[in-house]
Amino acid sequence: MIANNLNKKPGALTGCRVLDLTTPLGHLCGKILGDLGADVIKVEPPAGDAGRYRRPFYYDGRGDAHSLFWLAYNNNKRSVTLNLEAGDGREILRRMARKADFFLESYPPGYLDSLGLGHEALLKENPHLVVTAITPFGQTGPYRDFQAEDLEIMASCGVMSLTGHPGKAPLRISLSQSEAWASLYGAMGALTAYHHRQRSGRGQFVDVSAQAACVILCAHAPWFWDYNRENPTRQGEYMTGRTITGAKLRTVWPCRDGYLTFIIYGGPAGQKTNRALTEWMESHGCAPDFMRQKNWDEFDVATITQEEVNQIEGAVGKFFHDRTKAEYLKEVVERGMLGYPIASADDILADDQLAARNFWQPLMLAGRIEPVRFPGAFAQFSDMDCGVRRRPPLLGEHNREVFRDEMGYSEQQLERLRASRVI
Amino acid sequence: MSNQQALDGIVVIEFGAFAAGPCVGKYLANHGAFVVKVESRARLDGFRTHYPPFKDNKKGPNRSGVFAMNNDSVHSLGLNLKVPAGVDLARKLAARADVVIENFTPGTVKRLGLGYEQLAAIQPGLVMLSTCNLGQTGPRAQHPGFGSQLTSLSGFTHLIGEPGAPPVIVYGPYIDYIAVGYGYIAVLAALEHRRRTGRGQYIDLSQYENGVQFVAPAILEYQLLGTVATRQANRHACAAPHGVYPCAGEDNWITISVFDDAEWERLVKVMGKPEWASSLRFATELSRKENEAELDELLGRWTRTRPADELMQSLQNARVHAAKVNSIADLFSDPQLAHRGFWRPVTHKEVGAHHVEMPAFVLSETPAAEPSPEPCLCEHTEMVLGKLLGLSEAEIGNLAGQGAIELSSPVTAGRNS
Repeated sequence: MIANNLNKKPGALTGCRVLDLTTPLGHLCGKILGDLGADVIKVEPPAGDAGRYRRPFYYDGRGDAHSLFWLAYNNNKRSVTLNLEAGDGREILRRMARKADFFLESYPPGYLDSLGLGHEALLKENPHLVVTAITPFGQTGPYRDFQAEDLEIMASCGVMSLTGHPGKAPLRISLSQSEAWASLYGAMGALTAYHHRQRSGRGQFVDVSAQAACVILCAHAPWFWDYNRENPTRQGEYMTGRTITGAKLRTVWPCRDGYLTFIIYGGPAGQKTNRALTEWMESHGCAPDFMRQKNWDEFDVATITQEEVNQIEGAVGKFFHDRTKAEYLKEVVERGMLGYPIASADDILADDQLAARNFWQPLMLAGRIEPVRFPGAFAQFSDMDCGVRRRPPLLGEHNREVFRDEMGYSEQQLERLRASRVI
Repeated sequence: MSNQQALDGIVVIEFGAFAAGPCVGKYLANHGAFVVKVESRARLDGFRTHYPPFKDNKKGPNRSGVFAMNNDSVHSLGLNLKVPAGVDLARKLAARADVVIENFTPGTVKRLGLGYEQLAAIQPGLVMLSTCNLGQTGPRAQHPGFGSQLTSLSGFTHLIGEPGAPPVIVYGPYIDYIAVGYGYIAVLAALEHRRRTGRGQYIDLSQYENGVQFVAPAILEYQLLGTVATRQANRHACAAPHGVYPCAGEDNWITISVFDDAEWERLVKVMGKPEWASSLRFATELSRKENEAELDELLGRWTRTRPADELMQSLQNARVHAAKVNSIADLFSDPQLAHRGFWRPVTHKEVGAHHVEMPAFVLSETPAAEPSPEPCLCEHTEMVLGKLLGLSEAEIGNLAGQGAIELSSPVTAGRNS
């Protein structure tokens, strides 16, 4: 019933052991190390990780609910339960830490320390350990203890001030993103420290801030302030900051069956796009004279005026209105233009480029008879494995395997630990 | 007192432009790698020239803020890959490198004689990262693209905006920076593999596939539930209130999100227990969700007269989820980012004093190096050729004479003053 997809080539981290004590903020971090071949043990409280309670859920044949968010970011992990508020739970974790290479956690700052399991204690237990903590704002500083979920992180990193319509409330992305970003930087930090450990033998502590991780979503906007004391703000479906005239460029266009993205660019790629678009419009008899007569080779978007933009965009908008998303994708590819349709999950699953690269990995989830197509490797490596080997685990699925078979606890001991709600 | 860095001794040669290639190099440099950016006046990085901000709004290849963001702490080497002697030098540099990064359209480096097989023949331990729009293979491999549109193809744009209204694009090349993170991870993973096996390897990174990792829950939702995740403004299925509310002053906003009844009671207490908040219509999670529009309206009336900073502090003191929506200018005075030393001052020859971003992770024993500013075009040609290839001043002069390398020109600061 449960098929795990086990590949043969080793990964970069094959043989490494990761203890993953993360909440949703850090799930992807553990997954990335697992995708690279590490043996990741998700250490969950007996009631289950908070991520297991994130909606929406899918219900398996037995009526058990599975969080889709949890499923998405916990493949390649084994699950054990452990109550860290109990002495035996802490002792088991300390024993596990002695044999581990990575320790990941995303509890509120100070929580593990209060249990005697902070990074200093762990590094004393195992000086080779790379301990990574992912929290909303970091381990120290004035916001250290602030409560923050995705909305607060997206607000404090600045990106929401750039997203939405002028004069209206700033917007977040409707699917939580800050957790993935924090985890991505968590994995970057953990691997940087691991690289050092492999040379020096010394582990260390990696302190990751989700707020800091998400500042990059503002892209280059901070340099408008840093260089010129200009404060960029949100402009709806327009893009600003690409011209020195202040002209704004439309980014989102309605089409026959949805929306498209197209932006007037300069530079060689933009010049080629504008020329190709003019030709495409012409093939439908829709290219106005000023577009056909324009010398696109010398087109410079930085110095374009709003009047010129409006002229071009008026004609382009009319043309796009009658195109479909599929037609647009086909033409931009064939004509080498910059631009893509605005896709949703169903479009992405139907994409032939992803299929041709064998991106999707079939994965059998617990209680399913058909595999789902799971996002596969984040990169194709010529000499090592990366990707999904193992489906996300059920809660405590590997208690026996880890505690009895690998750590040597007897059935009677496990029974006692279960009775006292340690596991 | 300079600390040891985690990536000391790693040599990286970057043939790239824009964000996805260069920013990987920048992060490696922040942790001690020696990173060389190969450039030419005949082929400028588009981020040097295409887009503002330029210092004082004066265009110039050494005045770009977009370039500064992605290239602090790296070294600029002027190399003309259109002449054989230039390509020859590039191959010699690759032979000295641990890592080569490129983000041209697939096939370009091979045509230049700098493809993975060509370089691995002279340096078998080489780790080479090719990062591009859609990957090196597949029917659309050759399609060029910029992150702003690829962000739409990967499902993000569809998820931003009011339900039923047109979507709104995210500000920058969102997906490029996802690929930067995965690219950095892939390079370090391949270096570990080399440490274990002695073998280098090639990494084919598709920015599109990286983006899909960040929408994975929606990919599963469509397959398992048959529903297409779409934009919901700032609403959240399991929290109410969960929104952004106006504060005192112009364009000042605060988020407030409440995930259970106890948190709601704490919020009501901070509000001074107004009559409306005690209504049964808002007493439980389900009832707040039911009456969310009215709740948002009433909450917004309460926040409107209050300064965002003070409100954030008093709500957080009461353990209520709340954050001021930082403007871009606010990021530079944010006390938490300041505490972490997230912005670091640098002094650039032409721009003058400005700031660069540090990585979001802080290492306790081997912290990031103090950054140097983004390089001026061809600023380090002599230094890099001396350090990596041991070329003498005379040899360098000779190569410059052949047009194989390009030297920095005198600084042109003051053009605007």
